Amino acid sequence: MSEAPNYSDTHLRTILGRTRTIALVGVSPNPVRPSNYVARYLSTRGYRVIPVNPGHVGKTMFGAPIVESLSAIPASEGPIHMVDIFRRAEHAGAVVDEALTVLLPRGLQTIWMQIGVIDTEAAKRAEEKGVDVVMDRCPKLEHQRLHGELRKAGFNTGRISARLPR
Amino acid sequence: MSDTKSYGFDTLQIHAGSQPDPTTGARQTPIYQTTSYVFRDAEHAAALFNLQEVGYIYSRLTNPTVAVLQERVATLEGGVGAVGCSSGHAAQIMSLFPLMRPGDNIITSNRLYGGTVTQFSQTIKRFGWSATFVDIDDTAAIEAAADENTKAIFCESIANPGGHVADIAAVAAVANKLQVPLIVDNTSATPYLCRPIEQGAHLVVHSTTKYLTGNGTVTGGVVVDSGNFDWTAAGKHPSMTEPEPAYHGLKFHETFGPMAFTFHSIAIGLRDLGMTMAPQSAFQTLLGIETLSLRMQRHVENAQKIATWLENDPRVDFVTYAGLPSSPYAERVAKAYPRGAGALFTFAVKGGYEACVKLVDSVEIFSHVANLGDTRSLIIHSASTTHRQLTPEQQEAAGAAPNVVRLSIGIEDPEDLIRDLDQALSAATA
Repeated sequence: MSEAPNYSDTHLRTILGRTRTIALVGVSPNPVRPSNYVARYLSTRGYRVIPVNPGHVGKTMFGAPIVESLSAIPASEGPIHMVDIFRRAEHAGAVVDEALTVLLPRGLQTIWMQIGVIDTEAAKRAEEKGVDVVMDRCPKLEHQRLHGELRKAGFNTGRISARLPR
Repeated sequence: MSDTKSYGFDTLQIHAGSQPDPTTGARQTPIYQTTSYVFRDAEHAAALFNLQEVGYIYSRLTNPTVAVLQERVATLEGGVGAVGCSSGHAAQIMSLFPLMRPGDNIITSNRLYGGTVTQFSQTIKRFGWSATFVDIDDTAAIEAAADENTKAIFCESIANPGGHVADIAAVAAVANKLQVPLIVDNTSATPYLCRPIEQGAHLVVHSTTKYLTGNGTVTGGVVVDSGNFDWTAAGKHPSMTEPEPAYHGLKFHETFGPMAFTFHSIAIGLRDLGMTMAPQSAFQTLLGIETLSLRMQRHVENAQKIATWLENDPRVDFVTYAGLPSSPYAERVAKAYPRGAGALFTFAVKGGYEACVKLVDSVEIFSHVANLGDTRSLIIHSASTTHRQLTPEQQEAAGAAPNVVRLSIGIEDPEDLIRDLDQALSAATA
């Protein structure tokens, strides 16, 4: 694996906190695929999830119809704050470019690439347009860690506090 | 991974993993003495069983008190997660279990606790696994011992019964070349003296029975995962990368990324081997860890004084303490173990086996027990006890020859300990 970029907890917390709607590119309707875990989890944590996968158009996942591409997301969905990419690194750049073209005017704030997906050049193009980029991470695992859920299974959450949890 | 690096060790040993209890405000970690946990609804239960949600199901798998200990040790070691076990020996099996299939082997240091030598040379054969023992300082020998079925390298940081410290960075370099994880038993050093993950180790195991608990009350173990081993790139560990039939074909590394090993240890290891740590044990160990750094400073200070005194005593042939300037490992200690070489070492008594046995029977303050890492100073004749099942060659390699006695130096007044050893040596060599 390429060397993983470093993101502060504060930065990741800000991103996950400001996001409401997420387009998941390459998400699978197969319930044991990691992308399905992520879509299910995010949909149960208050995020609106828009599944994007040209091979499964017409099916629904967690109440949302699967669409063909980022360009095909209907205007009625409102602003799309984040794109989460479940494609191999060599295909990530094209998804980033499509996102910058069609979603920048629709409130795009963050492009997230899953574990193992790193495209530094594409990330640079997005950052030049003022879009935050997270690579080689999973928003589900980061959300579970930052919200202390992973604490239940003995993971290092990085949360140090003597205050009563809210 | 997280921002805890900004806190110092002394803060983390008290706070990591533990927050006031959300229900009662209890400041000390409560002992959650329960086997099971009520599900919110059927969907919640199903999601927990599918590993879609992280939570409590049954205390064979996870328990809130044990989870605090797991996170605390994971944090102190600089890992992503940890799994608690019923003993250090259980932790060793749990560290190998996700890596091994029948026919697979590990390469291990020959300087190990005698019980580990037996576990690796005899007992793991029942699983179809095997171990090749090498001089872990000889990196060429490690490479020469490897074949396509080698799945891990194992060593102790400060070896028991003492006198040897591993060059973890050098062994990790070989492990990376062979694309297998390096497992380091960090029991005798503790994360206060040595952080194997920072030096390149991929997994760390502990017998928490020893310094982490520190007071000789409970047995326990942990396996810490660095999250730094790329299971997919190595492609040698099917449990991490291939579809898991018990979870409808889920692939652990693909689904859980750097947390795959720990998820597997809970979902498969604890579920089916059941070598779970008890919540009461986790609580006792958490109390101990709160003072770990203070105790280790005193353990090392006392060991240094006593080893120096013994080395200058005419009734003693040699002392193996790696913290002595005369130790062949002095340079390595200065570089990789700057806070000291621990408090476990052996010394040879003039008069051999008979004198050793007499010595052990003559001490007053030292306790004659098969433990180490207690606040109390401990003594044992390894060759006739902890390393008894070994061949003379294995005893020699492990540093447990018949003429040596092992000391685990406690945190009493060093003058009292020296006085006790002085009178016992006189009795033994009279």
